Amino acid sequence: MKRSLENIENQFEMFQILNEKGEIVNEDAMPDLSDDDLKEIMRRMVYTRILDQRSIALNRQGRLGFYAPTAGQEASQLGSHYALEKEDFILPGYRDVPQLIWHGLPLYQAFLFSRGHFHGNQMPEGVNAVSPQIIIGAQITQAAGVGIGMKKRGKDAIAITYTGDGGASQGDFYEGINFAGAFNAQAVFVVQNNRYAISVPVEKQSAAKTIAQKAVAAGIEGIQVDGMDVLAVYAATKDARERAINGEGPTLIETMTYRYGPHTMAGDDPTRYRTEETDNEWEAKDPIVRFRTFLENKGLWSEEEENEVIEQAKEEVKAAIKKADEQPKQKVTELMDIMYEELPASLQEQREEYEAKESK
Amino acid sequence: MAQMTMIQAITDAMRTELKNDENVLVFGEDVGQNGGVFRATEGLQKEFGEDRVFDTPLAESGIGGMSIGLALQGFRPVPEIQFFGFVFETMDAISGQMARYRYRSGGTRTMPITVRSPFGGGVHTPELHADSLEGLMAQQPGLKVVIPSNPYDAKGLLIQSIRDNDPVIFLEHMKLYRSFREEVPEEEYTVELGKAAVKREGKDVTLVAYGAMVHTALKAADELEENGVSAEVIDLRTVAPIDYETVLQSVEKTNRAVVLQEAQKQAGVASAVVAEIQEKAILHLEAPVLRVAAPDTVYPFSQAETVWLPNHNDVVEKVNQVINF
Repeated sequence: MKRSLENIENQFEMFQILNEKGEIVNEDAMPDLSDDDLKEIMRRMVYTRILDQRSIALNRQGRLGFYAPTAGQEASQLGSHYALEKEDFILPGYRDVPQLIWHGLPLYQAFLFSRGHFHGNQMPEGVNAVSPQIIIGAQITQAAGVGIGMKKRGKDAIAITYTGDGGASQGDFYEGINFAGAFNAQAVFVVQNNRYAISVPVEKQSAAKTIAQKAVAAGIEGIQVDGMDVLAVYAATKDARERAINGEGPTLIETMTYRYGPHTMAGDDPTRYRTEETDNEWEAKDPIVRFRTFLENKGLWSEEEENEVIEQAKEEVKAAIKKADEQPKQKVTELMDIMYEELPASLQEQREEYEAKESK
Repeated sequence: MAQMTMIQAITDAMRTELKNDENVLVFGEDVGQNGGVFRATEGLQKEFGEDRVFDTPLAESGIGGMSIGLALQGFRPVPEIQFFGFVFETMDAISGQMARYRYRSGGTRTMPITVRSPFGGGVHTPELHADSLEGLMAQQPGLKVVIPSNPYDAKGLLIQSIRDNDPVIFLEHMKLYRSFREEVPEEEYTVELGKAAVKREGKDVTLVAYGAMVHTALKAADELEENGVSAEVIDLRTVAPIDYETVLQSVEKTNRAVVLQEAQKQAGVASAVVAEIQEKAILHLEAPVLRVAAPDTVYPFSQAETVWLPNHNDVVEKVNQVINF
């Protein structure tokens, strides 16, 4: 009797290009990126870190609503996004606002999403994405559908969806990757394994040693990537994207990462379930620190350039908040109008009541 | 004109829309080669190819999520849930997702999905194959819930549902699939959603029903007529949104009403109709509005279903109560 589990698990070694010291450890896998590309990736990561810090501060001042911190996950979020084209369709989880912003969602709308204003969910024309999914895993079956649709349409594009380690426990995760495999969907599934689903550690989510190996059961490619290494995440996503478009099937990418902050700003206290020691261990792997070292060694990055990005981010956040403040308040009657294509009679009747209420 | 059963009319509606619009896709468990467990999709894969009519893996939530993804790519999906009792597996995809997408996206996305599914009791199925769950669906803003009672309406309503840009739950009572044939035009036509039909005119009492209960109401009306009671029968056809205007017009004329549903009495469509009648027409009423419904247990083991299901005798009894009030 041949046993398979150990053989399968041992095949999922973490893929890394840039180590914690900022050294290239896998020259062969080095993606073909120009110096400008490398600098742009750095710019985006620094910008997003500042955006996160500002968002947390704004939330504490009561000027933002629902917010899920992103610091620590920049390489996973932005490395994978940098491998995309404008035609690619993003189905994000609630922590994946940065990918939407870099895909074209204006910053003030991201803030409106956080504040619970419907304009924040209106993707501008040409931004191929939906607003962040709140139900864990629901986006995964939908991504399979988008990827199947793209194949039917003959598009050179993919659906990419994001969830976390907790999301990989949902039934929809298994159904989504299984459908994608069965229909050879043009889809890429990114699981950002940040070790904790709110407070429950990944070891308690599953007996599986890796999340990447779950791809095997669906008959699709799976890869575990150093989620603090932006080059590895970029290379893995780029490869997955190309294979999907070439009809070689969908891919599950597990990025090993960490969120430095709480689950959301709504009262989560990570000290209840994480130790300072673990925090420090992960902060030593920081994606920005190692990439900065790498760029500095190549003579591509300086403190001035970084300060410029920081200032730019702060300015743009300030302007975006101002613009968000200027957005007219939403009305219940407006929301009634977007429930159906045509207002049913009973809702029309209720609309009249609210029209009267809201005009007072 | 052709003589069609309700299931033939349903197949014909899908064929019509597959022909009319290349964005229409028909899929689900066993709907491809096998033509569906009830043969609703018989011959469609052969006619339109595997790209447009196809089998899916056996997972209802996946089917729901995939439908949403396809709609996001501009398709007009017509998924089948093999039996509506299986809808619990895909409640998030339906109520948590497709029903809310237009709203969630600030009106920038639409979900032109028609979820077809057989439902309803009296055909001796195993558990979770016969439940009337339309009330559960009708409670979800964003969905339309359509239930035909005859072949003619089934074709016109299904074509209209597929063309609708909002998600429609299209429920097909299993007992009606092959119970009778009627004249159905071979050419295309539509029946407006959200519009009830007066199936029989009367002056003493209004019977409000939908699905298989329309036939129960008509049978009761025949019997009542022999006893000198003239019953008007209304077929709602759509239970979300409900055409209250037609119901109220009738009640204002007859001054009495009995509302029928095959589902359990608790919550549900009949309660909504009763509430609306008393809110809008209480001064026209000569008697309380009564309901004929199943008892508040889960759908029974099949050997008990004949007694459990409401029948025309229950209707006659309730009508006599409101007439003699």
